[in-house]
Amino acid sequence: MVNRVIAAADRSFARRAVGAASPVWRVDGVLAVAVAALAVISVLMVWSSTRTWAPGSTGLVKKHVLNLGVGAALAVAVTAVDHRTVRAYAPLVYAAALLGLILVITPVGAEVNGAHSWIMLGGGFAFQPSEFAKLGLVLMLAMLLAQPAEGGDRPRGPDVVVALVVAAVTMGLVMLQPDFGTTMVLGVITGAALVLSGIRKRWLVLLVLAVAAAGAAVWRLDVLEPYQVARFTAFLDPSTDPRGVGYNSTQSLNAVGSGRLFGKGLFGGGQTMGRFVPEQHTDFVFTVVGEEFGFLGSVTVVMLLGVVLLRGVRIARRCGDRFGTLAAGSIVCWLAFQTIVNVGMTIGIMPITGLPLPFVSYGGTATFANMLAIGLLQAIHLRSRTF
Amino acid sequence: MIHMRRRLAVVQVLLAVLLAVVTARLWQVQVVRGAQYAAAATETRTRDVVVPAVRGQILDSAGRPLVRNRTTLVVSVDRTKLGRMKDRGAAVMARLASVLGRDPKDLALRLRPCDARVSRPCWAGSPHQPIPVDADVDTPEALQILERQEMFPGVTAEVQAVRDHPVGGAAVQALGYLQPVTKEELERRQGLKAEFSGVDMAGRDGLESVYDQELRGTPGWRRVQVDRLGRVLGVEHEVRGTAGHTLITSIDAKVQAVAERAIAEAMKAAPKADGAAAVVLDARTSRVLALASAPSYDPAVWAGGIGEEEYGRLLSGRSGQPLVSRAIKGEFAPGSTFKMSSVAAMFKAGYPMNGHYNCPGSFMVGSRAFRNFRGRSLGSMTLHTALVKSCDTIFYKAAYEQWLKDGGLEPKGRPREVMAKTARAFGFGRPTGVDLPGESPGRIPDRAWKKRTWAATKDVNCRRAKEGYRDVAKTDAGRAAFLTRLAHENCLEGYRLRPGDAANFSIGQGDVLVTPLQLASAYAALVTDGRLRSPRLGWMLVRPDGTRVREITVPVRGTLPVSAAERAYITRALSQVASDGTAAGAFTGFPMKKVRIGGKTGTAEVYGKADTSWFASFAPVDDPRFVVVAMVSQGGLGSAAAAPAVRKIYEGIYGFTPKGKPAPAALPDRVPAARPPMIKQDGTLAW
Repeated sequence: MVNRVIAAADRSFARRAVGAASPVWRVDGVLAVAVAALAVISVLMVWSSTRTWAPGSTGLVKKHVLNLGVGAALAVAVTAVDHRTVRAYAPLVYAAALLGLILVITPVGAEVNGAHSWIMLGGGFAFQPSEFAKLGLVLMLAMLLAQPAEGGDRPRGPDVVVALVVAAVTMGLVMLQPDFGTTMVLGVITGAALVLSGIRKRWLVLLVLAVAAAGAAVWRLDVLEPYQVARFTAFLDPSTDPRGVGYNSTQSLNAVGSGRLFGKGLFGGGQTMGRFVPEQHTDFVFTVVGEEFGFLGSVTVVMLLGVVLLRGVRIARRCGDRFGTLAAGSIVCWLAFQTIVNVGMTIGIMPITGLPLPFVSYGGTATFANMLAIGLLQAIHLRSRTF
Repeated sequence: MIHMRRRLAVVQVLLAVLLAVVTARLWQVQVVRGAQYAAAATETRTRDVVVPAVRGQILDSAGRPLVRNRTTLVVSVDRTKLGRMKDRGAAVMARLASVLGRDPKDLALRLRPCDARVSRPCWAGSPHQPIPVDADVDTPEALQILERQEMFPGVTAEVQAVRDHPVGGAAVQALGYLQPVTKEELERRQGLKAEFSGVDMAGRDGLESVYDQELRGTPGWRRVQVDRLGRVLGVEHEVRGTAGHTLITSIDAKVQAVAERAIAEAMKAAPKADGAAAVVLDARTSRVLALASAPSYDPAVWAGGIGEEEYGRLLSGRSGQPLVSRAIKGEFAPGSTFKMSSVAAMFKAGYPMNGHYNCPGSFMVGSRAFRNFRGRSLGSMTLHTALVKSCDTIFYKAAYEQWLKDGGLEPKGRPREVMAKTARAFGFGRPTGVDLPGESPGRIPDRAWKKRTWAATKDVNCRRAKEGYRDVAKTDAGRAAFLTRLAHENCLEGYRLRPGDAANFSIGQGDVLVTPLQLASAYAALVTDGRLRSPRLGWMLVRPDGTRVREITVPVRGTLPVSAAERAYITRALSQVASDGTAAGAFTGFPMKKVRIGGKTGTAEVYGKADTSWFASFAPVDDPRFVVVAMVSQGGLGSAAAAPAVRKIYEGIYGFTPKGKPAPAALPDRVPAARPPMIKQDGTLAW
């Protein structure tokens, strides 16, 4: 309710300036403000974590601001489009994402940190198709599950099978890179889409059993790389290898914990400056938040992310059509999974996984994908009063 | 749609729960356990570095530096890092050896930790600190190490301060040297123990050791922030150290140089000489102006860890143990220089000062004839002449008479032992208390000493008396028989002070042992105010800016048991030795009219060796300002080796050529410095 009051105040103030009739005032202001706040924090955090790389090092921050700007533009553009039009193009978007995933495992793709997940565009710009695959899969599954082949209000067997095939193809391609974290996100998206589409409970039980069996098989058949197993054991007991895999976990806990209640202040984080936590501008950006802004700052960031997610749920619930609801719900689950896993791994309640923190981590493609997702949520929101 | 909304509601609840869990965990990590993580973070993020204080200089009495600091590039090796490499750092060490132009084996030896079985070269410091392997590196070599760090992991080259002796080898044994602090010393040391740098040194001998605390200063301490690769990002906290105090000594670099040259030349002149020492004291204050010992060595060997060969050479008997200061550690029979104590004892025993005493060619002590030097009979004379001409028989007689008076072989009650007691009162038989470590006490063989020695040796002697010396008998049957007889005698009655012992004692022979410094100290007391002092080298401790910390006073440790008249009598007698007595030959051509030298020669017999040559002296005779003692081990007659060395020292102090012509004087005022030099705030000298 507070949200609504803020949003209303926000609106009444600005309405006088822009004009009451503009459709701009019907977007979800709370969602927009929360994302904007996260973007500002994100710039500060990327700046803080990269400024010691070299004297006067601002290259990455500038690039990050540019990424956010482009992302915002994309979001605005998508907001302007009716999501039912988007639905019509879903197969195209999905096909493009698949093409990207195929390209990336061919020699066109570049290997970074042991995974073939990048397409170098030259000029220091690179593109990560798996981030777009998340969005592509969201749209494709929403389209498939929103209009059951035999009509009715819930998907039946054939729809589920088709959806599973589509998901399996996408996940398989990402597995080939290999990118375990993104594969899990795709799995979460698939699960969310299936559950939210209203499939029967017996299907759900079957799916849960299948996932469990697959998990067991993966574990038994050594499909996982040894480092992935090690990350998991290190998560269960970080002291097993404090210099190796346990190092990330120990160092990120030290960084977050040493922020204490109020933090050490922006640019005041010694652990950040010493770069003790690896990947601290991307996957471990939350350690910078924790160290420099303390408990209060960390909770603020978590709450802002919570606002984004809960506003997403609200949009999904208020949407009148199945496609909109499904797409919004899947987006929320995707972002929620990344948020919980990412924050969780920096505070030792999740295993180390290479997933960025939505809206805060540095990363062009991920920023674009996240912003597009927000744009899609806004588009759905704008056109949700159909019932 | 109804299913979808219901399931979205579940998602919403799930989300709220997960966010609450994350928040709770953040509270736990950042607030509940925050301090603990912060401490762990500080530990990984910072390194505490001890910044050693600049060690104080050691100056001479004119403010000239005897020891100062010089910066040099020191190459150090981190043994822990090498140990982690696959080949235990062999490749790196090989590269380092070739860059430094050194033998890789020698480098490897320096990295071994010292223990009971591993002797030098080895590393006596903490195993966690980088080990300096070369302290005097040419810049291009060290730069190569710095520039190509990837080729030399675990090797560092940094600017460090090392001790520099600008006057070359002057007074090396007295100044001492530094060695890396050992773990035990560190544990004893108060204050910073956590981590210390590779340059933390402790004084090991001489003044460096005695005044170590003052010279060392207080080390600073710096907490630096490092990144995960250990690169220093900046200083987080700094406690500045205070530089060590400057030690001003009473040593005069010029007099010291003259003394060292004199004894070196004396050793060269005496073919059998195996060691020599010279002591120059301010007669009135007992401050030490020079303390020389030969053979000597170049103190530069200590910088940067000493090599095996060098260390072996320094310790070997063949090199004459140049580390040992013979001036304070050398114990030798004093010969006739000891007679001033015997004369004083005779006065105490009631022998008249102006009496006449017969000096026959030999005197029967019990059943054995004790002969004068070369058996010459000198007729009737005063004690004055007995000292000047160095008659022995007068002292044999007196000592024998006193021995009989004490009860002979079997004294009843407590014997008076006037000879031994007087000698002790002159400071013999105990350390002088000079501000140097490891001083020898010498030996006064009185009746109690005889008993102690007998108790300690009787088992061996009695066994030898029974079994004989079969090993010696193979080569020298006569000597073996003599030794067996001696062992038998010692076994049965070794606890007794025999009349021969008493006679030998009176002329500084037999079991009497003194150090050159003891003799100098005793003469200083005799020829001045009769007070026996603990000689001092340290004079004043000042801060680097010249402010005074404290003056090192010279403690008085006793008064001679002789009246002023008796002291004057002995001094007068000794005043004639150099002009008319036994040392007259050595001082031929010395301008006695300008500066009259007094003294006493000593020629002490040592079994199986050439005689120890002594000359104990003072000048000028009517108001003594200097006491100079020289000793040449196996130098022969006192007048042949030691007296000429003393003459050269006086020539240097007063500025005379060997022919008696004026020359530049080591001490332009011809007296010892009255007060230590003043040091101005900028560290320069003020006059």
